[in-house]
Amino acid sequence: MNFEFTEEQIMIQQAARDYAQRECIKDVIERDTKAEFPTEHIKNLAELGFLGMLVDPKYDGGGMDTVAYVLAMEEISKIDSACAVVMSVNNSLVCYGIEEYGTDAQKDKYLKQLARGEKIGAFLLSEPEAGSDATSQRTTAVDKGDHYIINGTKNWITNANSGSVYLVIAQTHPDKKHKGINAFIVEKETKGISLGPHEDKMGMRSSDTHSVMFTDVKVPKENRIGEDGFGFKFAMKTLEGGRIGIAAQALGLASGALERAVQYAKERKAFGTEIINHQGLAFKLSDMAVKVENARNLCLKAAWLKDQGKPYGIASAMAKYYAAEIAMEVTTESVQIHGGYGYVKEYHVERLMRDAKLTQIYEGTSEIQQIIISRDLAK
Amino acid sequence: MKILVCISNVPDTTTKVKFVDNNTKFDVTGVQWIINPWDELALTRALELKEASNGAIEKVTVANVGEIGSEPTIRKALAIGADDAIRINAKAEDAYFVAGQIAEVVKKDAYDIVFCGIESSDYNGFAVGGMLSEFLDIPSVSSVSGVEIENGNVKVYREIDGGKETLSTELPFVAIVQKGITINPRIPAMRGIMMARKKPLNVVEPVALDKLTEYSNYEMPPAKAACKMIDEENVKELVDLLQNEAKVL
Repeated sequence: MNFEFTEEQIMIQQAARDYAQRECIKDVIERDTKAEFPTEHIKNLAELGFLGMLVDPKYDGGGMDTVAYVLAMEEISKIDSACAVVMSVNNSLVCYGIEEYGTDAQKDKYLKQLARGEKIGAFLLSEPEAGSDATSQRTTAVDKGDHYIINGTKNWITNANSGSVYLVIAQTHPDKKHKGINAFIVEKETKGISLGPHEDKMGMRSSDTHSVMFTDVKVPKENRIGEDGFGFKFAMKTLEGGRIGIAAQALGLASGALERAVQYAKERKAFGTEIINHQGLAFKLSDMAVKVENARNLCLKAAWLKDQGKPYGIASAMAKYYAAEIAMEVTTESVQIHGGYGYVKEYHVERLMRDAKLTQIYEGTSEIQQIIISRDLAK
Repeated sequence: MKILVCISNVPDTTTKVKFVDNNTKFDVTGVQWIINPWDELALTRALELKEASNGAIEKVTVANVGEIGSEPTIRKALAIGADDAIRINAKAEDAYFVAGQIAEVVKKDAYDIVFCGIESSDYNGFAVGGMLSEFLDIPSVSSVSGVEIENGNVKVYREIDGGKETLSTELPFVAIVQKGITINPRIPAMRGIMMARKKPLNVVEPVALDKLTEYSNYEMPPAKAACKMIDEENVKELVDLLQNEAKVL
């Protein structure tokens, strides 16, 4: 076993840390308060290559491995998980989905622009009545010969407004149930697409989330991904990789909250000494550190398996489940260690705590990850 | 036109400094190495000048005096955007030795501007740049906080007491740069990181040169004393303490 990172992986980790700690930090509280999308940061991160870092260089990507991606996601999420989620959705859902399952023409037309970060992608699976149960898609895509007509509503769509390339999952053959589902590349500017209002969220407020309505939206047949009926499998396969990104995001929230707690506990004095010298808090911090390290190891293991071309679905479910759960615990404890200061925005940790909650919910709830893991045990 | 940027491989600025062997050597265990922050700013400015030069500046080279362990730091400089690198394969013994080795590099390949950070963040000697210009017998400008090139003419800015000084200089020259030379060091992009291993990193053997410095002992600074609060009414006591206890007046 080798726990050493390569020189390139370390450089990427440092680049992500430098950008986040120098630039994202400046306006992260204000953007969270105003629920403003980080337009400038996403442009800069795109120029640095983070928006398409996993994509093959022949499609203008960074050609980096998933381990490097985990390291970068962790560093950016320590400071700004809203920037990190844009990066995660673009890289591991949209770019990955098109690169892995798209046609050459689709890659030429869409993947290059997405990898360069000139366009941002969104992944449209969830519906008002189909969240965890993704098989019961109500959105329909009716086959009209050389094109499809899409009707329906998608919910909780990250990058819905800032993104311009949508991957849409819709039902073509209801009688075939999940085997009748298709996936399509749809340009946001297509006639018949409209957005609901910006969701006023508890956390990840700087990421833009909307519902998206489709009314008789015409999509050319060449924009379908894979064979007829491949859509559900496409969504599940793509989400397997997506989970690593969100797991790394949760890890970053936890490790960011831990770093702030340690720093605060070394400076803040109570009863004549720095509070880190009080065993009650010292033990709390040690438990947080062990949890963060466990989550990091699970994320890196899943990433390593993916990079080796080995099955990683269970590993990524374990990483996502564990990292999200401990992100909630560690950020909450960090607020506790900060006391009253932790409860005000200036000290960042209350935001990390609000953001962490979403990692237990999106891209497969913790309970869905438990189903995936337990079904594998039951085999 | 060609630019050479001298880079030192230094411990990360957050390193907890410890000494070994009876306080005669710096303990390098677990140290993360980085490009000396002033050199990183100089490199960034050199790249900005090259990009703005419409091809007039054909390349930016980095040079380092160091053993093989400094190569990751050199490759970081290549990832940031340097075109090629030279590593003089020797331990950076002292400023005289380093300046002498770099001088040989400059003599072999006519560089028009040589950038040096004003100091390195480890030994803080402030000496290499000045010595280098002496070795080469070319002008040097110290504490440079700005360099501009217009129609081949170089303008150099220095922060001085109460204002700013603008100088022109003939080429080649050594620019000993201060913070302010550019806003922030450049973060390497993914493409640069991928390219770093493909760019030339030439290793040359050092010339025979004595070192002039021997480090006999290191001491940690005393721990900061607790802050004493003096009542604002009691100026006399403050002056007394500054004079007799702190001995700064």
